[in-house]
Amino acid sequence: MPVYLESENIITSLGFSVEENLKAMGEGISGIRMCNNPALSDQPFPVSLVDKNRLDAALSGFSLPDDSTFGKLVFLSVREALKGSSVDPSDPRTVFILSTTKGNIELMRGKGSNAGNSRLLLWHSAEQIRRYYGNPNKAIVVSNACISGLLAMIAGQRLIKNGDYDHAVIVGADVVSKFIVSGFQSFLSLSTNPCKPFDRDRDGLTLGEGAGTVVLSNRRPDRKTVIELVSGASANDANHISGPSRTGEGLFIALKQALKGIVEDPGFISAHGTATPFNDDMESIALTRAGLAHIPANSLKGFIGHTLGAAGIIESLIGAGCLSENMMLKNMGLQHQGLVNALNTPIENLKQPFLTFVKTASGFGGCNAAALFRKHE
Amino acid sequence: MPPHYFASMNNPVIRKYVSVDKRSVKVNGTDLLLNEQGADFGEFMKQIYHACSISYLKFFKMDPQSKLGFVAAKILLQDDDRDRFEPEEKAIVLANSASSLNTDEKYFESINDIPSPAVFVYTLPNIVAGEICIHHNLKGENTFFIQEEFDIQFMVSYLNILFSTTNTRKAIAGWVEVDLDDNYRAFLMDVEKEGSSEIQGNFTVDFIHQIFKL
Amino acid sequence: MEELKEKLKVQLIAQLNLEDITPEDINSSDPLFGEGLGLDSIDALEIIVLLQKEYGIKIEDTKKGKEIFQSIDTLAAYITENRK
Repeated sequence: MPVYLESENIITSLGFSVEENLKAMGEGISGIRMCNNPALSDQPFPVSLVDKNRLDAALSGFSLPDDSTFGKLVFLSVREALKGSSVDPSDPRTVFILSTTKGNIELMRGKGSNAGNSRLLLWHSAEQIRRYYGNPNKAIVVSNACISGLLAMIAGQRLIKNGDYDHAVIVGADVVSKFIVSGFQSFLSLSTNPCKPFDRDRDGLTLGEGAGTVVLSNRRPDRKTVIELVSGASANDANHISGPSRTGEGLFIALKQALKGIVEDPGFISAHGTATPFNDDMESIALTRAGLAHIPANSLKGFIGHTLGAAGIIESLIGAGCLSENMMLKNMGLQHQGLVNALNTPIENLKQPFLTFVKTASGFGGCNAAALFRKHE
Repeated sequence: MPPHYFASMNNPVIRKYVSVDKRSVKVNGTDLLLNEQGADFGEFMKQIYHACSISYLKFFKMDPQSKLGFVAAKILLQDDDRDRFEPEEKAIVLANSASSLNTDEKYFESINDIPSPAVFVYTLPNIVAGEICIHHNLKGENTFFIQEEFDIQFMVSYLNILFSTTNTRKAIAGWVEVDLDDNYRAFLMDVEKEGSSEIQGNFTVDFIHQIFKL
Repeated sequence: MEELKEKLKVQLIAQLNLEDITPEDINSSDPLFGEGLGLDSIDALEIIVLLQKEYGIKIEDTKKGKEIFQSIDTLAAYITENRK
């Protein structure tokens, strides 16, 4: 039983829909700007932020279950995705899934004043949104570092394929906060300029915020071109909690398992490509081990930064949009490739027929995930 | 002790289970170690570490949640034959309610001074899974779920999907949490797809409800 | 210098949570990373925090850190040259 991408929405610095994001990215526009906000960092740093005025304007008149930035992103993204969907969110055959790394962490205060704050609990955020839509099933929350979004989609696909549900409303969101910025700064992993995935001069990642929602369904959407989430897998490096594996072990296993039984080469690869020196090298090793080094690969981080728990969903939906339009986006920010193993990383958009693509993600804790998407016309 | 269960060879089974809370460490429902002096968390973890003759310097760098999951997994897998399955056939699926909030609060306190990278890295719930994977060479499926309380029905359902549709043949599954009030509980099961010579019971919702409460 | 080295050993043990290791166990000329103390990339970042906290020295380039963090000897020499 195939599982389809039934409806979707994304909210990033580049726009409030998949179409708006695709258009900007297609024109080579990046949403990364230098930010000089002491509430986020003492020094100016490049970052991809959602337009908060536009977010508020889009939500005026609603009584929100949670009025934090995180709550707003989740609410608007789900609402927009459901607008274009034939799935009934209150149907007992529908399940809500939330993916996030830090949820409402910007509401955290000093020691002792957090224990009673239910908004800090990720399951509580998920429960709020499914209750708002009158859904009778307990919401599922996946919080597995930077693979959360892709893993949430894989989990949703599995639950539908297994017959537990017919539809899943999967939303991923993360907000750029001082908590996250200072942490990556302490890791010396933030780039000084907009990040440059796969480039020889890459010096770190650029953070981004946003939300993505996808409605997965076993019902084939009523339109000419549809995208199927064919398969997915996750795996662990079993090597180090923060350092990428030097052998690409976990990503290689995830790719191998996700593509098991698939004979044709994928059309393109939407890689993780954070632009830290070690991550991108790790990916080049894993893709080479998986026999995929020749497949065109891109990272979307140069357009919208690393959106953490939302990244897997946002980037999968951009990939699906590209598949529909028979195009592949360039690697924004890449000038001169510099990787342990050479990859095929286009620096111009490709216009050609594509039937499938692979999305990958890797994160702290040594986790990795990969999923295959296929177009049906 | 749970009643004797007849375990089917065709359905997933629980080879062993371990529970750790502030009172005791239990293996298959039987006390292994009691916290008789009412030692605080750090002290109790150290006692378990020494009682189980663990020698792993990285243990002392872990945050409380990782320490808790690490000792529980260590006891769970101490007698397990590593080579029966390929690393990529061994999954880990964990859950808790408080994510990493206990360590998040500690990290938050450090931000206005000098943020600590060694604390920041633990501000994700799945790091404990990573620590367990590293020590026991588990390279299979990985997922951390956040739930109001341990959703046994869901855990059984999700693991059965892994067993039936992925390469997974063994899974470390359960609950690991240190919450904002410093309450803690670990409950880990070693679940195998095809049965094992040593079995505590079938991997069913009813059985897990019994042993989780013990 | 010897005094600084001894102080550094104590500070390192505390900052990096080196359980069951005493200052006497650390040889000033021994490599800090690799086998010995079992330090890794996160420990390197924590040494950067320690230098900033205790000696007001900021290191923003990890490559530079590699040379400075070779041993207690190199670390002490760097601090002596750069402390404020």
